[in-house]
Amino acid sequence: MSNQPHACFDLTLTEEQRITRESIRRFAESQIKPVFRSADEAAQPPECFYDRANELGLSLMPIPEALGGAGMQRSPISNVLNAEDLGEGDMSLAIGALTPLSFINAILDFGTEAQQEAYLTPLASEVCEVATIALMEPRATFDASELKTVASAVEGGYEISGIKNLVPLADQARFILVIAALEGENQRAGFVVEAGAAGISVEQESFMGLRPLNMNRVTLNGVKVKESARINVNVERLLDLSSIGLAAVTVGCCQAVLDYVVPYVNDRTAFGEPISHRQSVAFMVADLATEVEAMRLMVYRAASRAELGLDFHDNAYWCRIFCAEKAMEIGTNGVQLLGGHGFIREHPVELWYRNLRAAALLQGAVVI
Amino acid sequence: MINLELPQKLQMAQQMSHQLASSVFRPIARKYDKIEHCDTPEELIPVGQMLKTMGMSSTEGSGKEGSSEGIKNGANMMQVLATGEMSWGCIGLMLSIPGLGLGNAAIQAVGTVEQKKKFGALHCAMAITEPGCGSDSAAVKTSAVLDGEEWVLNGEKIFATSASRGDAVVVWATLDKNKGKAAIKSFVVERGMPGMQVVRCEDKMGLRVSDTAAIVFTDCRIPKDNILGSAEIADTAEARKKAFGGVMQTFDNTRPPVGAMAYGVARAALEVTKDLLQKEGVKFAYDRAINNSSAIQAELYRMEAELEAARLLILKAAWMADNKQPNSKLASMCKAKAGRVGNDITLKCVELCGSLGYGEELLLEKFARDSKILDIFEGTQQIQQLIIARNVLGKSSSELK
Repeated sequence: MSNQPHACFDLTLTEEQRITRESIRRFAESQIKPVFRSADEAAQPPECFYDRANELGLSLMPIPEALGGAGMQRSPISNVLNAEDLGEGDMSLAIGALTPLSFINAILDFGTEAQQEAYLTPLASEVCEVATIALMEPRATFDASELKTVASAVEGGYEISGIKNLVPLADQARFILVIAALEGENQRAGFVVEAGAAGISVEQESFMGLRPLNMNRVTLNGVKVKESARINVNVERLLDLSSIGLAAVTVGCCQAVLDYVVPYVNDRTAFGEPISHRQSVAFMVADLATEVEAMRLMVYRAASRAELGLDFHDNAYWCRIFCAEKAMEIGTNGVQLLGGHGFIREHPVELWYRNLRAAALLQGAVVI
Repeated sequence: MINLELPQKLQMAQQMSHQLASSVFRPIARKYDKIEHCDTPEELIPVGQMLKTMGMSSTEGSGKEGSSEGIKNGANMMQVLATGEMSWGCIGLMLSIPGLGLGNAAIQAVGTVEQKKKFGALHCAMAITEPGCGSDSAAVKTSAVLDGEEWVLNGEKIFATSASRGDAVVVWATLDKNKGKAAIKSFVVERGMPGMQVVRCEDKMGLRVSDTAAIVFTDCRIPKDNILGSAEIADTAEARKKAFGGVMQTFDNTRPPVGAMAYGVARAALEVTKDLLQKEGVKFAYDRAINNSSAIQAELYRMEAELEAARLLILKAAWMADNKQPNSKLASMCKAKAGRVGNDITLKCVELCGSLGYGEELLLEKFARDSKILDIFEGTQQIQQLIIARNVLGKSSSELK
């Protein structure tokens, strides 16, 4: 991460980002867009989807060469571009495809060298190896500053108890990074829990949206981990990076809404002319386009500050609240613009509406 | 490479403008809001001269440009940053600085080399609006007729910023009322031309120190060379579109700065509000989910986020202009967003600060009065929405009215 205070304000992609963008967009076009509706109906990803997503190499890229990865520099900006392009295809599949990377980024940022070796080496694999982060808990007014999942120090390590939910892909994950409060300390940390550990149970949840993304409730009942499984996660930074990441996914989805409603309102006629000739319709589209652009710039600025090594906490916070609010506004207006047809599952706007509702509540999911 | 931080050179320019705003504008903002109608405030005379020598005034054009890998952060970005900072001080005073008129921008955009030389040093106002036409600028009635070596102007203009104090006014007039947009041309009318009369200066809700004049032209004769652009009336549809489009393009350059005014005044209001709230013990730590924050914290966070969104749209629009990318859509987006956000924020700040916000002891109430016009002039919110919508939907002005 180079710090370049003299660099110009610039919105141009690097050559490398441009090439990656092309391949991600091709992937979204061929592997996501044709199947996202059936995946939503089935509440399952398409068969072998994550293996195919794994071939994009997103997980491999930042893992050090010595551990079997590609050893690329960790780049929040490149990550948000990927998140945006995948999100334009489908939010559920995008979040799913980025779930292992989120775990990897957290370990890279907060793990020791030994921990990186232990937990990243198995993930640098040809076949998709899943790892995920468990942060949220099932209660209204959830706040990451008041976690009810608690880790207590015991001989040789820690014992963790609590209930986590909205954990993407926990059912197939080899590692789960559980964020917990430390008993007796005013501190939080992450603990890597391995699949099948004694005292852990994983149960699939169903939500109004993000249906193909296997989200799980993870119950930890005195799960024991070794001392070395404790990752000193800076939870605030983790939240900030994931706020930006999720916002990037929603930017993609909102762009998809815009791209869908424009031809619709141009084709649909009422009172003898396209409904887009009416200001009440046209202005909704204008505002939609304006807010998507603003969301995108908020995401890019927060990510670019992270990339430059500048403080980005306030930017991530603004990015989160702004994108969450605008995303839902766009989601609901997308349905509104199609009228009754928007309510029918033949069109994707109702699906986007359901998915975009998650923007304001999901946390910890896409760590860029 | 994606980077939304400002290079050091622009940061320094921004700081200088901020310095000017805080040391010169702020201390006299209330005084001139009360005085309202006056000549150019004496405190601004040296400011105009200073800006001119520094090359920051629009009459001097571009200033120095910085670039990396062919990407430019130039005059347009410099202008929105400077405008934002000065507006943080006082928009009315900024608009009263000699030499920074909208007419100057028009001359800079479409004038010939000779015209730029001749009028560049003057403070040029802009007169478009008439009693019977506002947003539909194609409907102007003021007429211009060529008589020998002179144009003869007749008509009435209103809402012309700086037209009473300025050295000259750029006037929109039609060569032939029956030929629509294509016949509309702009003319530079210097002060003192016989037949040009400033009939009144408006009493306004805000921006009081800035003069807003009504002018009547009665057989006002000006030199033939004072027309900006060609005197020919395009006769093909395409040429017509191009001709009027050229005039309208001036707005692509002037809308981001008006967006920057809205940004500047809203930031000013927000800063004062945050200070007052902190004095009352409200903490802003951005450490809890917004819905677990207090209502007043949430309100402030949202305003800051909206303001940042407006700021980034403004910067992008200016950046595109600096890099010769067509920015009509972004120019309107940033103006629409900043206009509504700026107005919302300044009004909300008065509300949050209660009697302190509403009172004249502080400037919050003035900010709230000043900000309203920014969602109106240089194209209202609704006009910006029309432009954006036509652009996004691929519609002409005859389809999407």
